[in-house]
Amino acid sequence: MIEVKNLYKSFGNKQVLKGISAVFETGKTNMIIGQSGAGKTVFLKSMLGLIKPDDGYISFDGRIWEQLSLKEQRQIRKEVGVVFQGNALFDSMTIEENIKFPMRMFTTMTPAEKKDRVNEVLEQVNLEGINDKYPAEISGGQQKRVAIARAIVLYPKYLFCDEPNSGLDPKTAILIDNLIHDLTVRYNTTTVINTHDMNSIMEIGEKIIFLKNGHKQWEGDKSDIFFTDNKDLNDFVFSSFLFKRVKELVQKEGYFG
Amino acid sequence: MYLESIGKYALMLKQVFKKPQKPKVFWENYFKEVEDLGIKSIGLVSFISFFIGGVVTIQTARNLDNPLIDKMYIGYATLKSIILEFSPTFISIILAGIVGSYIASTIGTMRITEQIDALDVMGVNSLNYLVLPKVVAAVSFYPFLIVISMFLGVFGGWVVGNMTGMVLSNDYLTGIRYTFDSFDITYALIKTLVFAFFIATIPSYFGYYVKGGSLEVGRAATQAVIWTSVNIIIFNYILTQLLLS
Repeated sequence: MIEVKNLYKSFGNKQVLKGISAVFETGKTNMIIGQSGAGKTVFLKSMLGLIKPDDGYISFDGRIWEQLSLKEQRQIRKEVGVVFQGNALFDSMTIEENIKFPMRMFTTMTPAEKKDRVNEVLEQVNLEGINDKYPAEISGGQQKRVAIARAIVLYPKYLFCDEPNSGLDPKTAILIDNLIHDLTVRYNTTTVINTHDMNSIMEIGEKIIFLKNGHKQWEGDKSDIFFTDNKDLNDFVFSSFLFKRVKELVQKEGYFG
Repeated sequence: MYLESIGKYALMLKQVFKKPQKPKVFWENYFKEVEDLGIKSIGLVSFISFFIGGVVTIQTARNLDNPLIDKMYIGYATLKSIILEFSPTFISIILAGIVGSYIASTIGTMRITEQIDALDVMGVNSLNYLVLPKVVAAVSFYPFLIVISMFLGVFGGWVVGNMTGMVLSNDYLTGIRYTFDSFDITYALIKTLVFAFFIATIPSYFGYYVKGGSLEVGRAATQAVIWTSVNIIIFNYILTQLLLS
């Protein structure tokens, strides 16, 4: 479980996070949603330790990040898997080397064990046989799956995904969503997904946090969204004709799922 | 602003010069950097050195056309010019252009494509991982490159002197052995070590702290080349004053 308490962050005079508190549960796909500029990326990067918050704290299963020594923080980082928006695969390395990288740096596994684990995770993301290709030689959807494979290779306790569906076609996007959800259940990870993709929210949003202008405006699960009277959330989620119709149908039936 | 940058550069170096997290990975990266930053530059450095050696010989011969001056001084002057200045300083400036822009743009691209963030969140000291192998590779390999440049420069002078008939082989060879001072080589190699350090670290600084997109990476590469060259020129003067005066 990850707990965030009263998180504040400003850049110059611009306050981006204004006292956000949230709990991200283990074994669930937790989603942070909101419009562009709502503070989602800063929030996620603060949890990853890439941005230092001005105030507040982040706790990983009771371990408060700010109170830990560098060695203890490094230990937590080894328990974290991250899928970046742009995948962040190392261009100079093959797919196999990319996935092996965390094992090379942090384990004493033998070459054969590393190879087996690479093949195992590639199989889990349905990408067998591309070990020797470079990131530039595979499609965007495949790159995303490789990024997921690299993120889970050390069995992370915490999995962070920043806009995992950006730039993907709807079919591949659903595949990626389901993959993340399956891995969350299989490894019992605390998964935090930063997104503004409505399909993802409806597909795998087990706990949703809605941010606006650096504030947490709402939280609930995907079925709660259809029955909320939060105007900002309604404007954000049901802005398209399709989702307005879906909402009407769900409200008429009285449940979603 | 400049002081802030110098402070940031010093803090960067503090992170760079830490014990590698995995020595095996460090040495793998080191050999890769030796190839990228050093071995791949041998061809160009050799080509430039040979022809510049020839040009220096021709220019010296034209300026020493007084019949009272022994022709061996053409070889002597060529050797001095190449060892003291051309090979260590001007080859370093050329390397600052080739290697400096390569380092700044590769690290800068890693920054804007979040590859450095990926290293950081994994718990890897990204500066140590990315920059230390480059520094060690440059500092350990560039002296060899400069020695090759010295040899080929002097050899180019001999070939051109013979081809043009401006200096006879015997005169040239006598000249390059005339009052040979081994400290010249030491001085050149000390300069090379300092310049190699700049060539690896200054572009890394500009690449690592780049913000924005591909345009900014291009600008960072240009800035890296400019500031590396400026530092080479300034420290060339300082080291010459300290070591030769």
